[in-house]
Amino acid sequence: MNDRDRGEKGDILLEMKDVVIDGFSDERWHEIIKGVDLSLKRGEVLGLIGESGAGKSTLGLAAMGFARPGCRLTSGSILFDGMELRTMPEVDKQKIWGTRIAYVAQSAAAAFNPAHKLIDQTIEASLRKGMFSVKDAQADAIELYRAMQLPDPEKIGFRYPHQVSGGQLQRAMTAMAMASRPDLIIFDEPTTALDVTTQVEVLAAMRNAVERFNTAAIYITHDLAVVAQMADRIKVLRYGVEMEEAETNKMLTAPENPYTKSLWSVRSIYKEPETSDDHILEIQGVDAAYGKGMNVLHNVNISVPRGRTVAIVGESGSGKSTTARVITGLLPPVAGQVLFNGEALPPKLEGRSKDQLRRIQMIYQMADTAMNPRHTVREIIGRPLEFYLGLKGADLNKRIIELLEMIELDESFADRLPGELSGGQKQRICIARALAANPELIICDEVTSALDQIVQEGILKLLLRLQNELGVSYIFITHDIATVQAISDEIVVMLQGEVVEQGLKNKIMEPPYPEYTKLLLSSVPEMDPNWLTNLLKARAET
Amino acid sequence: MHPIVRTIIQRLLLGLFTLFLVSLIIFSSIEFLPGDFGEAVLGQAATKETVAAFRRELGLDLPAYQRYFDWVVGVVQGDFGQSFSGRASSGQDRSRSVIELIGPRLKNTLFLATMTAIIAVPLALFLGITAALYRNSIYDRVINATTLTTIATPEFFVAYILMLLLSSLYNVFPSLSGIRADMTFWDKIYVSTLPSLTLTLVIVAHMMRMTRAAIINLLASPYIEMARLKGISSSRIIVRHALPNAWAPIATVIAFNLAYLVVGVVVVEVVFTYPGIGQLMVDAVRTRDVPVVQACTVIFAGTYIMLNLIADIIGIISNPRLLHPR
Amino acid sequence: MSDDQTYSAAAEVGQIKLQRSRFKRSWIELKKAPPTAWFGLIMIIIYGFVAIFAPWLAPFGEADSSFSSFQPWGDGHIFGTDQIGRDIFSRLIFGARNTIGIALVTTLLSFAIGGSLGLIAAINQAWLDQLISRLVDVLMAIPGLIFALMLLSIFGSSTIGLILIIAVLDSTRVFRLTRAVSLTVVVMDYVEAAKLRGEKLGWIMRREILPNIMPPLVAEFGLRFSFVFLTIAALSFLGVGIQPPTADWGSMVRDNASLIQFVRPWVTGDAFGANWGRLGEDIKLASPPLLAAGAIALLTISVNFVVDWFLHKTSGLKE
Repeated sequence: MNDRDRGEKGDILLEMKDVVIDGFSDERWHEIIKGVDLSLKRGEVLGLIGESGAGKSTLGLAAMGFARPGCRLTSGSILFDGMELRTMPEVDKQKIWGTRIAYVAQSAAAAFNPAHKLIDQTIEASLRKGMFSVKDAQADAIELYRAMQLPDPEKIGFRYPHQVSGGQLQRAMTAMAMASRPDLIIFDEPTTALDVTTQVEVLAAMRNAVERFNTAAIYITHDLAVVAQMADRIKVLRYGVEMEEAETNKMLTAPENPYTKSLWSVRSIYKEPETSDDHILEIQGVDAAYGKGMNVLHNVNISVPRGRTVAIVGESGSGKSTTARVITGLLPPVAGQVLFNGEALPPKLEGRSKDQLRRIQMIYQMADTAMNPRHTVREIIGRPLEFYLGLKGADLNKRIIELLEMIELDESFADRLPGELSGGQKQRICIARALAANPELIICDEVTSALDQIVQEGILKLLLRLQNELGVSYIFITHDIATVQAISDEIVVMLQGEVVEQGLKNKIMEPPYPEYTKLLLSSVPEMDPNWLTNLLKARAET
Repeated sequence: MHPIVRTIIQRLLLGLFTLFLVSLIIFSSIEFLPGDFGEAVLGQAATKETVAAFRRELGLDLPAYQRYFDWVVGVVQGDFGQSFSGRASSGQDRSRSVIELIGPRLKNTLFLATMTAIIAVPLALFLGITAALYRNSIYDRVINATTLTTIATPEFFVAYILMLLLSSLYNVFPSLSGIRADMTFWDKIYVSTLPSLTLTLVIVAHMMRMTRAAIINLLASPYIEMARLKGISSSRIIVRHALPNAWAPIATVIAFNLAYLVVGVVVVEVVFTYPGIGQLMVDAVRTRDVPVVQACTVIFAGTYIMLNLIADIIGIISNPRLLHPR
Repeated sequence: MSDDQTYSAAAEVGQIKLQRSRFKRSWIELKKAPPTAWFGLIMIIIYGFVAIFAPWLAPFGEADSSFSSFQPWGDGHIFGTDQIGRDIFSRLIFGARNTIGIALVTTLLSFAIGGSLGLIAAINQAWLDQLISRLVDVLMAIPGLIFALMLLSIFGSSTIGLILIIAVLDSTRVFRLTRAVSLTVVVMDYVEAAKLRGEKLGWIMRREILPNIMPPLVAEFGLRFSFVFLTIAALSFLGVGIQPPTADWGSMVRDNASLIQFVRPWVTGDAFGANWGRLGEDIKLASPPLLAAGAIALLTISVNFVVDWFLHKTSGLKE
């Protein structure tokens, strides 16, 4: 029994039937949403999940009768409290927006007007509704800030958006949505851009707000574990079509649709951790700084066993990417050294030999910007072969085909441009490019973070297979604990430029934990609807 | 000290420094005159002594930095030296001081420029903002096509077409705009109408396009969409949400185009033989009357730098991140 | 969707998007172009044709003043003759070659200077970038036309001088644009990947950066050409640009400008026939400056139409 059960829900508030939405691109209208139904009762929370391109945001905005420029609500019915929103003139819809239906955007920093104070923007909609006088509205807003657990609620409203942090802005935005006591709030990926530890607080605040005022909500996200905390029912969307809808508990334990099942199964990879005393790379006592500023890395010591995977985990600002830059020579350390195969590497990139450069390769997070859009796949993979190994002509072609096979792509991909490839395909080409140099160590910098769950699974499986076959070592930089579970042998936890912990995966993922590791690991949402409640209780008790 | 005040002072100093460097360039250009320019100015018949005396008068026997210093001191006091014209090969010097030549001309040009700016700026802003609001309507498309045509057309073409229509075919305005000091204010306006109209057409075309682009860019901001989603009416969105963020880009557009006005004035004055500083400069270039050219350049450059500085400062003042630092 | 669809990574990898050849893609774009762009393209081709084949197209020489002056239209001289008896039609044709040719050379030179400096500044991003950028800031602090006038008064109005002065002054804008565009490319991961490989600077500039900054640079070339062309025409009009006897549209406007004032006023209440007939005669009389100025305007308008369409296409604005 879900202990979030809030008793009787009211009658139907929102009824969307057979909604079709078109988007305009390439000079034509394409269907984005292809006939979806959605219904919501008063006080109910519906989770809308799907991968990128599923149309979740579009559908969410359509629930309020809004279509972005370049989109149109082609057909179907959108009934909100008996009013047909699809064909209503905008002037009438304006009376509902902000007062009876509110929207919480993905990026709070972009959604607040930099020229006005937070509190003015917070009470703008409720003043229009005529609910309060200005003084009362401000007092109410301050109460909402307090409910959202914002620091210094009396004064924070009188600040400007740029004076406040991202997580705080997200909570302020929720307060802004609640200010006019709407019947329905649409949350559009509100915690996607936040660190895991901040996310916990924001999720708690949002849930409190919704429960307190018995607001109905549509919660849009791609994160399964997060939606499990927030929703009474979950609807799965794929390419504009509904795949399945069910109550949260049932959806999590017994999904019926094959697509839903495959989404759930993604977190099933697990590598048995092994280690070795033969260290291919050793970072010893490294301090690093950008320019003449303060050190961003403090006495970092990391060792990478040969043929194994070390995952470097941390939130934004922890120094993971900086460490990668020190290893590759882009940022020479202020103190300390990096040993590769026992020998010290020249600190600067320019001082290293071609062979030294060849043995360490890097794969980037965004495959879009990691490949030159004007080079074909053949040129992208072929260049390292040419440059490092001197391959030409028929030998070059043969090797390119071999590499394509290794990354499970067909020979016909060789003459394509990156713009013609899907996300997973692009990242595989980047992997092939790294492999072409016959490296000993590959640094993977958040390589799966920008990909959908199913595609991530494919890439991780590929990387594991390649490690088995070729014996290549990996440094895997990530902020996602599930990925770490899947792929690593050893884990390094970093916080604000220091190594907080390092060791075998199974040792680290067990208690007792040092303070930060505990915080980090416990902040990762799990697919248990009671997780958030239990966590908050546990934290309140300590 | 508030960071804004510091930033403004920094900009001012930067502007002064730029002016200083520009003056160096203008001043040192005289170094590049071919050696025989003395003869060129005074005429073939000039003797060695007169040429030498001329060179001495220009201070060409003094070291460069001292000449520059003297020149700057003079400029600050309004003395730009004597014009090259009016000197005879016999050594007789009937040249007038540059400031005498420039003074009245400058006044006329300022009159023309102000007259144009007063009409052009509000008109261009209005057209630009409305075109942005009614993007892709017939109104917008017509304005776009017209302004695109206008900015691609040379100013003298526009000028001559206007002259053809409004002066020759229909004798509404005089084609040659001679201002005399004794004219009444309204007479001056009447005589200056054709050149002002030409400039207005050209400036409005440029400014309107830039304003439109700036407003469209602004309206695409996420916080504008958020305001719509809060149910705020279009007019209130424009006034309370868009406008406060629009000052900076619009100020930049205005300053840029006023600077353009400064340059456009030259051609227009020549076409309509309007006695302004632009025409003076062109004549001086043709006769290679270097002191006059230098003085005109200093005035134009100074105005240009000042206008850009004002735009910069408006941008700074209207930036909330600088007004309210963390 | 059928139930036995497999939703796996392999399926996603197997997806193939439609591939069109570069040629086919360009043709599709051209067909979608608005009428203004078509008009512009056709006019540019005509102008180019006239400029290249001028000596064969013109009936008379550009400096051939053996005819009587101010002849009316017709009778061996399509547009009549100018103030010292040269055939206007031939001068217009040669003017195309001269003015366009000089403007083209100047723009190419301006791009060579501004483009390479901009690229260097973007790659360096340190002291060299600061130095060149400050220098360019100072140069741009003086309005272009004014600066050109000043330099011309010093160095005199020779064709070479004209080309050099305008090229150097205009290269400041090309520098700014190239630098800005290159900066967006230089921070891309694929440039860093090339650096990590150990590629030399020349290779990176040639193979990684240059192909990706071409579209905005091509558009800018059109705009700068148009601007340079107008500036040269304006300077020639003012009498300090291209010097006689070289045929040039700007100076042709200047030489015959006074003719415009001889157009007689439109008499109101007059019979229709008489007014139009007289207007026709007068326009033909006043035609030399109008034709030359019109030729200038038509070319720059055409270039601007094409550049406008190109920018609209590549910027991908969701209008």
